This record gives sequence, C-alpha cells and structure tokens, in this order.
Amino acid sequence: MEKTVNQKAWFLVLPVLLLVAFSAVIPLMTVVNYSVQDSFGNNQFFWWGIGWFEELLHSDRMWSALWRQLAFSAIILAIEVPLGVFVALNMPKKGFWASFCLVLMSLPLLIPWNVVGTIWQIFGRVDIGLLGYTLAALGIDYNYTQDAVDAWITVIVMDVWHWTSLVALLGYAGLQSIPDAYYQAAKIDQASRWKVFRYIELPKMMGVLMIAILLRFMDSFMIYTEPFVVTGGGPGNATTFLSIDLVKMALGQFDLGPAAAFSLMYFLVILLISWVFYTVMTNLEKREG
Amino acid sequence: MAKITLDNLAHSYLPNPASEDDYALKELNHDWVDGEAYALLGASGCGKSTLLNIISGLLQPSQGRILFDGQDVTHAPTAERNIAQVFQFPVVYDTMTVRDNLAFPLRNRGAKADYIAQRVNSIAQMIGMEAELDRKARGLTADAKQKISLGRGMVREDVNALLFDEPLTVIDPHMKWELRTQLKALHHQFGHTMIYVTHDQTEALTFADKVVVMHGGRVVQIGTPQELFERPEHTFVGYFIGSPGMNLLPARIDGTKAYVDGNEIALGRAYGGVQGNVQIGIRPEFARLSDEGLPVKVRRVEDVGRHKIVRAEFMGQALNIIAEEGEDIGADKTCVVFDPAHVNVYADDWRVNGEAA
Repeated sequence: MEKTVNQKAWFLVLPVLLLVAFSAVIPLMTVVNYSVQDSFGNNQFFWWGIGWFEELLHSDRMWSALWRQLAFSAIILAIEVPLGVFVALNMPKKGFWASFCLVLMSLPLLIPWNVVGTIWQIFGRVDIGLLGYTLAALGIDYNYTQDAVDAWITVIVMDVWHWTSLVALLGYAGLQSIPDAYYQAAKIDQASRWKVFRYIELPKMMGVLMIAILLRFMDSFMIYTEPFVVTGGGPGNATTFLSIDLVKMALGQFDLGPAAAFSLMYFLVILLISWVFYTVMTNLEKREG
Repeated sequence: MAKITLDNLAHSYLPNPASEDDYALKELNHDWVDGEAYALLGASGCGKSTLLNIISGLLQPSQGRILFDGQDVTHAPTAERNIAQVFQFPVVYDTMTVRDNLAFPLRNRGAKADYIAQRVNSIAQMIGMEAELDRKARGLTADAKQKISLGRGMVREDVNALLFDEPLTVIDPHMKWELRTQLKALHHQFGHTMIYVTHDQTEALTFADKVVVMHGGRVVQIGTPQELFERPEHTFVGYFIGSPGMNLLPARIDGTKAYVDGNEIALGRAYGGVQGNVQIGIRPEFARLSDEGLPVKVRRVEDVGRHKIVRAEFMGQALNIIAEEGEDIGADKTCVVFDPAHVNVYADDWRVNGEAA
C-alpha cells in the first residue's frame, strides 16, 4: 500500500509550538541573551561571549554554594526517605486513626514556604522561641543566627518537618496496594519482619519511592524561601544555597550577565542530576524485573 | 501430619454477636482425619475461607477450640502450627528468582542447603518450572506465579496440613486439570492432610475423599461424593451439587406415599408425620420420561453430549429429567416416572430419614 505524503499535518503541531515558545523558549532565550552580554546600566549592553561562564567556573562563590547545595540535598534525602518509609510502615492501615494520621501528615504540606520559614525562625529564637528558649534553659549553646552548625541543623530539621510527610504519604499509598494475602503467605512461610519489608513491602513501594526521591531532590535543590526567611543565607554564607546566591547576584547586586549565566548552569545541573537519578533508578527496576 | 479437631468452633466478625445471623461461621464440631483429602465446597460468602483461615491461624475464632493431634493450638500463631496454605491469587516474592521463592519457607526455618536444593528441584519438576528456576518471578504469567505459590506450599515435607483456598481460579483449564491430578498424586505419595476450598463441584468431587458442603456459615453435609449425590442431607446440597441440581417439589407425605397436587408418588421408605415445609427431592438422573406415569409437559431438550437434559413442566413447576444419549423423545413421551428408592423427603430443608418400608 502506498502511503500518502501530506506535510500539512505539521501545522497541527503549531499551537503547541507557539505555546511552548512563549511560555518557555523565549523567556529562556532572554536569559541566554543576558548571559553573553555585559551592561553598565542605562540599558546599554555589549557582547561578552562566554566570559561570564568562564568567570563563574573559576569562582569560589559559585562552587561553595554548589557544594553546600549538594550537601543539603544529600542530607535531607538521607533523612527524609528512610524516615518517611518508617512512618508509612507504622501508620494505621484502616479505621478512624488512619484518616486522622493522613490529615495530620498532610498538614505541613499545606503550609506556604514563607510561613514555614517564619514558624521556624520564631520557634528557634533564643529570646522568645519555644525551641531556642528551651534549649538555652537546658544549658545547650544554640543560636542559629551566629553558629553555622546550628543554622544548618535548623534548616535541615525544618525541611524534614516540612517534607517527610510527602515521602510517608507516597510510601503509604504504595503499601496500601499490597493485598492481605501477601502478609498471610509471609506468616505461613515464617518470614521475619525484616524479610517481609525487604521482599514484600519495599518492592511494592519502589515505584512511588522513586517518584518521591526525584521530587524531593528537585525541590530541595531549588530551595529558596524557607532558609532565606530563617537564616537569610547566614551566618556569613553558611546557608547560602544556590538559589539564594542567585537572587543575591541578580537582584541584590543587579549583575544581570553573571546571574543569567548562573541560572543556565543551575538549570543544566538540575537537569543532569535528575536524569542520572532517573536512569539509575529505572535501570535498577529493569534489572530487578 | 496431624488430626485436626474443631471443638465447638464458631466465628463472628462482629465484636458482640447478638443472634446466630451475626456469625460468619456457625457452631461446628468436626475431626479432620489425618491423611485425608477434603474439599470444602460452597457458594461465595458461605464461610469457607473463614474456616480455612481459622485452621491456619490467620484468624482467631470468637469461640471454641482447634486441636492438632489433641494439642490446643487455638491461640497459637500461624508459624507454630506448621501449616502450608495456598491462596486464591498468586503470592510470589517478585524480586526473588523462582528458585529463591521455592526455597523461602525452608530457608526461613533454617533447613540445610543441600536439602533445600534437593526439595526445590523435585518441586520444580512437579510444577514443570525447572527451566525457569533462575528467572526473576516478576513478569511471569499469572499461571506460572500460581504454580510457584503451589510449589511454595508443598516444598515442606513435614507440614501438619496443606490448605488450598481456591488455588486454581486463575489457572487455565488445561493446566487446572493437570495440577489437580498432581495434587492428588502428591496426596497419595505423602499422605498429607489436605483441605481444598472451592466453589466448583467438579473440582471438589474429583479431588477429595470427603466433601464438606457449607451453606450460610453452616456445614450442611460431610460425605463422600457418592453420598452427596444419592442422599443430600440438605436441599442446598441437592441443588448445588449435580448439573442440573436436584428437583424439589412441595409435597404432602403419608406413609410410603407422597402427594404433589394430589398426584401420588411412591417412596422407597415409610415416613411418620413429617412437619414443616415438606418437599421431595429427586435428582434428574432418577427421573425418566415414559409413556405412562404422571403427566409432564416437555418444554425443551438440551443435548449435552453424553446425555440429554429434558426441561419439563410438572404440575406447573419446572422439572429436569436426564435422558440417555440415544433415547428417542417422541410425542408419546408425556409422562414421568420416578425411582422410588431415590426420592428423598425434606422437612424445612433437612432430609428426613424414613424407616424401611
């Protein structure tokens, strides 16, 4: 049979192309545009090539922000994923308490980022905050505005408080899909609690956990509001993560060129790491299968 | 292997059962003889699975005791009862290989490696999965997965009993027959006590030495396939077993005669005063079309191969009759004759045992 060739069909793609162009491609291109130019104000720009990129690659400021960011994401993933799974495993399976726990777990997820920041900013204050005051009364030297380690602990605990629920809820959904017969069979096979987890619960949760890890990684890698409200990136630059640094550069110093180059590299790094995560995890799944 | 005794056993899913209707499983006393193959037969929701789960310890009964060889295990956990159970839907450990799946119950009990290898190989041979032993269980067909489940149930030699909860539901018909034959062979070889839950009468009657028929949470009859066929103790057994089931006709009983709408039907035995809702039950196999006897109207004849099923109308009620394959059903066959020895009498659904006439 001969195929009819009709290239007019391409016009059907046009609306989508236009939409994507205006929503993503053109704004991104303006950033690309800024990243290769310099300006001394007055809306006058001149060509600067890949100069900003070269400069940033050799800038300590950017590298240390990147390492801080990676450390932050790694730490919160290392805490939130196992903790979330643990919570999911211990949530009641049905009845009133199941619904109660679900609502309780979703509450932190519903609070806006800046409110979460404010809550913890006040909570941790030594003079009026419940946490800060209590710690001080117990004789523990805690002050997140002056001590870098305290600031880190505060920001991490805050993120864990805010987002562990997400992992727990997704894991819980995975657990709910396991038929009772699996647990009964495991009992009859005399499987230990650990084996039930390892061979029944974990495999069933893998799919949703993969999504949870990806979401949490991307979100934490782009985190801005909460640490900004709590620590403002300080003390010093101790909690200046990538996006905080970027905003400082773009709006604080109004260095449009370097900020644009920074944005592009930031974007590429997230894309790259997410891709690596995704590939590794889908390969793991395939190998299991 | 053990004798399993149910003593005064009953179960309700409600915390405070008030009336008998609240019980999913009504009071029951029964001995499961060591080494016999039983089928638990009944419609969906009749309490079969409840009973099975109580025996395996997945469920605690609300009253009564379970004894294994005289030892009370009512509150013993599943693991201590040393029982194997196969469920309706396949349960396999997806991330393990078929080999590891089969070895799992043995490994958990700390068996020796060479013993495990030997058992796994013989089970794999039995379920015909030797070639797939090193495959991951994930991605296998439902058939194959259920075969693994069966294999996992049979891999331990020392189990007290093997329980099957409608295990062949997802298996295709050819394989069903083969696996059932293998289960039977296994039973002959090792003599495990087997309890096989099913709602399929063919499955029950071909598999078991004794069939336990359940209805509405109650055991209505326990007997060999032949007993269930010839002397159903309850009308439910009558119409649930057999295809088509037993004909039930409201009747009045007087000594060795039954009267349906004034028509006299001879009975094989003599009955005294039968009270309540009285019915007579006649299996289609024991009714015969004839040119003399009681008048019937033939509605339809279904040829099912080995015999014909005649759907007829008798005194305004549906009546099924089985006719021989070669039998000619002519226009003169307007009457029905019943075999008096096989007419059973029921009062309020329970069979009444008459005296020899």
